[in-house]
Amino acid sequence: MSHQHQEKVSYWALVKNGIIKENTIFRLVISLCPAIAVTNSVKNGFLLGAAVVFVQAMVNSTVALLRNFIHPRIRIPIFMLIISGWVTVVDMLMAAYARSTYKEIGLYIQIIVAFASILARAEVFASKNKVGASFFDGLGSGLGFLVALVTISFFRELLGKGTLIGYTIVPVKPMLIMILPAGGFLVTGLLMGFFNWIDMRFYGGKGAGGAGGH
Amino acid sequence: MEKEFLKLFELFIAASVINNFVFTRFLGLCIFFGVSKKMETAIGMSITFTAVMVISAALSWLVFFYIMIPLEITFLKIVIFIGIVAAFVQASDTIMRKISPGLYYKLGVYLALIATNCIIIAVPLINAGEKHTFIESLVFGLGSGIGFGLALTIMASIREKLELADVPRPFRGMPIAWVTTALIALAFTGFSGLITL
Repeated sequence: MSHQHQEKVSYWALVKNGIIKENTIFRLVISLCPAIAVTNSVKNGFLLGAAVVFVQAMVNSTVALLRNFIHPRIRIPIFMLIISGWVTVVDMLMAAYARSTYKEIGLYIQIIVAFASILARAEVFASKNKVGASFFDGLGSGLGFLVALVTISFFRELLGKGTLIGYTIVPVKPMLIMILPAGGFLVTGLLMGFFNWIDMRFYGGKGAGGAGGH
Repeated sequence: MEKEFLKLFELFIAASVINNFVFTRFLGLCIFFGVSKKMETAIGMSITFTAVMVISAALSWLVFFYIMIPLEITFLKIVIFIGIVAAFVQASDTIMRKISPGLYYKLGVYLALIATNCIIIAVPLINAGEKHTFIESLVFGLGSGIGFGLALTIMASIREKLELADVPRPFRGMPIAWVTTALIALAFTGFSGLITL
């Protein structure tokens, strides 16, 4: 019983690590492309985030399940194959059940296949750990991504359209720039700076300079 | 003939400037922020990138229209395109190292980076989705590559100056680069009325 309890705690720690400490977008600064591309409305940001959560968790589980059968020298191509398989599943599900959204963000769903964050979690964590832990690690990493996307799209939709999830919040004339491409870069940059500031001011960190990577 | 050429030219301008991958489609940002710190690396990257782009666009067009459509396996396009691109990048890496070590020494490091770039997979996907002809695919690949190079060189020249600026501490590094990109992107929206396709 106590053993089970301990495992539960460590699962939670894995999830939290993915959301806060190693947040894909704000802390690691990788897989940035969709951060801007789909965040002009909360709905799109949420849907892409959800797709990533699913793909990441499933890829991690699959890799962990097969980790003893994959020869280390050909592991990267195998990982890519597993990732693209799950991305195809999500792509087809979206195309079938969320047509209108799929028209807008379909390309970016397909591009999940090239996300460094997914390959990185498979390589760093899932190829060395058990299925359960890998699943929760993937879940945490995916949720971190989802949170970041929703945060960015929250500001962009509110400021750029004056709405949230389609409901009008601010009836004044909105700032068009925020839903233009430029607004995405601006909001992400400002948020990143803001989180760095919090980190420096309250936690004595050095801030995530971020080398930038895919 | 002339009309054909005009259409290709429009496609080229659209791919490189109006729908610039970095500033309006937001792809390849990772490399964009990663290698735009110095002008020299930016130029090396642009050249390698454009070459890989055109060749992989051609390869995946051939596979798509001569293998995947006859066999009716177009639903596997994500898996197959990423395979083609990864295999091609790996192959050119090996061939370049054997045939021209000098060139490899200069541009080889960028090849490894390109394999994980999303533009490189987006271009074949868009080509397939829009049902471009072979020549159109090539032109689209070339335009995308040059557009990316343009973005990289603009950004690199700004960031070299930015090194000397007095930026607030939390904004140093990535955040200020993003804000700068926002301003360039704003300038690029000016191109959007250039050609109405």
